[in-house]
Amino acid sequence: MSEHRPSAFDKAQHAPVPLWRDIRVIQVFAQVAFLVAVVVFGYMLLHNLINNLEESQLAIDFHVLERPFGTKISEGQMDFNPGESSNFQALRAGFQNTLRVVGIGLVGATVLGVLIGVGRLSTNVLVRGVAVSYIELFRNTPLLVQLYFIYRGMRITLPEKLADSYELPGSIYINRRAINFVLIKGTDTAWIFYLCIGAGIAIGIALWIWRLRVQDQTGRPAHTLRWFLPAVIILGGIGWLLSGQPFVTETPRLEKFNFVGGDRLSAEYTALTLGLVLYTAAFIADIVRAGIQAVSYGQIEAARAQGFSGGQTLRLIVLPQALRLIIPPLGNQYLNLAKNSSLGIAIGFFDVYNVANVISNQTGQSVAIFAVMMLIYLSMSLTISAIMNAVNYSMRLRTR
Amino acid sequence: MKKIARFVVLSSLILALVTVLSLSSFVSAPAIYAQDGSILDKVIERGKLICGVNGQVPGFSFLDPDTGEMTGFDADFCRALAAAIFGEVTADNLEFIPLTAQERFTALQTSQVDVLFRNTTWTLSRDGELGVDFGPTTYYDGQGLMVRADLGVTMIEELDGASICSLTGTTTELNITEAMESRGLSYELVPFEQSSETIAAFEEGRCDVLTSDQSQLAGLRSSADDPGSITVLAEVISKEPLGPAYLQGDSVWADVVNWTVYATFTAEEFGITQANIDEALASEDIRVLRFLGQGEEASGSYIGLDNDFAVNVIRAVGNYGEIYERNVGIDTPLGLDRMAGLGLNTLWTDGGLLYAPAWR
Repeated sequence: MSEHRPSAFDKAQHAPVPLWRDIRVIQVFAQVAFLVAVVVFGYMLLHNLINNLEESQLAIDFHVLERPFGTKISEGQMDFNPGESSNFQALRAGFQNTLRVVGIGLVGATVLGVLIGVGRLSTNVLVRGVAVSYIELFRNTPLLVQLYFIYRGMRITLPEKLADSYELPGSIYINRRAINFVLIKGTDTAWIFYLCIGAGIAIGIALWIWRLRVQDQTGRPAHTLRWFLPAVIILGGIGWLLSGQPFVTETPRLEKFNFVGGDRLSAEYTALTLGLVLYTAAFIADIVRAGIQAVSYGQIEAARAQGFSGGQTLRLIVLPQALRLIIPPLGNQYLNLAKNSSLGIAIGFFDVYNVANVISNQTGQSVAIFAVMMLIYLSMSLTISAIMNAVNYSMRLRTR
Repeated sequence: MKKIARFVVLSSLILALVTVLSLSSFVSAPAIYAQDGSILDKVIERGKLICGVNGQVPGFSFLDPDTGEMTGFDADFCRALAAAIFGEVTADNLEFIPLTAQERFTALQTSQVDVLFRNTTWTLSRDGELGVDFGPTTYYDGQGLMVRADLGVTMIEELDGASICSLTGTTTELNITEAMESRGLSYELVPFEQSSETIAAFEEGRCDVLTSDQSQLAGLRSSADDPGSITVLAEVISKEPLGPAYLQGDSVWADVVNWTVYATFTAEEFGITQANIDEALASEDIRVLRFLGQGEEASGSYIGLDNDFAVNVIRAVGNYGEIYERNVGIDTPLGLDRMAGLGLNTLWTDGGLLYAPAWR
C-alpha cells in the first residue's frame, strides 16, 4: 500500500459543481418550471374562453340551473313534473337514470364476465369455443355500433302491435316499446314489515357469528344457515302479520296506446343496459382469465393432491388468489362502463348527458352546463375508484 | 446549500416575471370575436360562404342521392346569399355544413358557419341569450303531430297515453310537453338526437306520434314507405317562424343576409322570375330598375354588395315563389299548398305575411 496522494479524480470530486449542472438544482428548477408552465397554459385557456364568451355576450351563468326545464322526462321517474321542475331537478332525474343503467350494468357485466372468463379456460371445447368467440366478437366492434344493433334489432324483431306482445308467466309483456311487468308497491304499513325483517336479519347475522365462534372453539359443524334462516323467516312472518298487508301488486293492462299500470323497462333502457353489459363483460372475461392463469399451477396441483374437487379448487384456492390481480383492471372496466353510459343519447335514452344537452341547447349556456356535467361524471367515477381501491386494499396480500 | 436556495429563489422570480409579462401580453391580445371586420369581409376574403343547414329534411335541405348536391328551400337561400356576395354560385364559393339541432348554435357562435339556414325557430330566449340574431322569416311554420292512420285519431285530446317521438334540444320538445300537460293528458316522450332516428323509431312503431314542424312532417311523410298510412293532424300547437340566424352584433352582415331574403320577396312582388329577368332588365319601370340596380340609383352598394346583386340572386334561384314551388310546393313530393290554411307564406298583397321593406 503506497501512501495516499490526492489524485485528479479526488480533486474533481471536491471541486464545487456549477449550479446549472447540480442535479439537485436542476430537479427543483425543472419542477418549478413545469408547474409555472401548467398554470400559465391553464390560465391562458380560461382567459381566452371567458374573454371570447364576453365578446359574444355569453357570460357563464350557473343560475340557468334554477330555471324551469320544460320538457317531460318519461324515462324512470314517472312523477317528474315538467311544468314545475327546474333544470337542476332535471339533471338529478337524468342522473338517476344513469345510475339505474350503471348499477345494473356493473352487476350484470361482472357476473357475465366471470362466467365467460372461467368458460374461456374450460377443458370443454364447446364451452371454450363459445367463450372465445364471444370475447373476440364483442371486444373488437365499437360499442356504439353494438348499441344501434341491439336497439334497432329489438325494434324490428319484437312485436309491433302491443296486443301481440310476448307474454311470459307472471304478467310480463314484451314488445317494441318496453318490457311491462307487475309492480309491487309497499302500502302504508309496509314499514312495520321492513322493521321486522331488518331485525330478523340482524339477529340472524349475530347467530351466524356466534355459530362460527362455536365452530372455532369446539370443532363442531357450524350449521350457520340452520340458525340464520329461521330467525329471518320467523321475524319476517311476524312483521307480515302485524302490518296486515305490506304489499299490493299492480298488473299492467293494455289500453288504447300503451300498457298502463305496473312497472316497465323501456326499450331504450333495456338496450343500453344490455349493450353495456355485453360489451364490458368481454373485457372483464379476459381480465378474469388472465387473473386465473396467473395463479401458479402448483397451487392447483396442491389442492388436487389434498382432495379438493374441481369446483372447490376454483372457489377456495384459485379465485381468492386471482382476485388480487383482477381487481385493479376490473376497476378500469367499471369506470369505462359508467362513462360509456353516456352513449345512451344515440338511442334516445334520457340519461344525465341527454338532459344536459337539452339544457345547454335551450339556454345556450354550454360551458356552464358541461362543467356541471363533467362534475357529475367525475364524482361518479371517483366514487367507483374509491370503492375499488378500498376493495383492493382489503384484498392485499397480508404479510407478517 | 445557501447557494442552491438562492439559485432557486432567483430562477423562480425570473419565471414569475416571464409569466406576468406573457399573461399581460395575452390580456391585451385581441380575442377571436373582436369586431375587427364584418363576417362579410371574411367571406369575401375566403372566397367562400359557409352555410349551416339541416341536411336531413327533404324539401328544405337534403342531399340529393342522384346528384350528390344539397337541395331544398333552405339550401336555395344559401345559394341566393352566395350569389348576392359573389355574383354567381360555383362549386367553390359555397359550402354546406349539415348540423344537428344540438350543434347549430355552437357552430354559429364559434364561427364554424357564417349563417344558419336550418329551419331554426326565432324565439325570444334564443334571440336574447344565444349571442345570435335572426333574419326575416322565410317560412312561417307551426308544430304539428303525425300519427299512424289506422289509429283513427283526429284530435290531440284523443292521444291520452300515447308514446311521442321528438327531436331532442328543440322547441318542439317544449311545445309538445306544454300541449299535453295543459290538456292533462298522460304520455311518454322519446327524445332522439337525429331526425333520421326519430322517423325510424316512428315507422318501426316505437311511438304512436311524431311531432315536429308541419313542413318537416310533410317531408318525412313524403319519404315514408307508405305515405297513405300516416296522417298529419290538422291542429297546430305552436308558432314556428323559421329563418336565417347569424352572429349577434354584426349589422353589416345582418344587412346582407336580410336584404338577400328581401330581394326574393321583392322580386316576386314585381313578378320577376328566373325566366323573365332579361326582360325585366329592359323594363321602363323605375322601381324595377332601382331594385335591379340598373341606371344611376344605388341599390346593393348601400349594403356593400354589387349594385345589381338582386339580379344575381334571381338568376341563381329565382324569386320567393319559385324557390317555394320548386322545393316544397304543391307539385313536389311534400305538396305544401302555399294558399292552404291561412296562406301565411304568401306575399302581403295576397294576404300573407311576406313583406319586404321599401327598396330605395
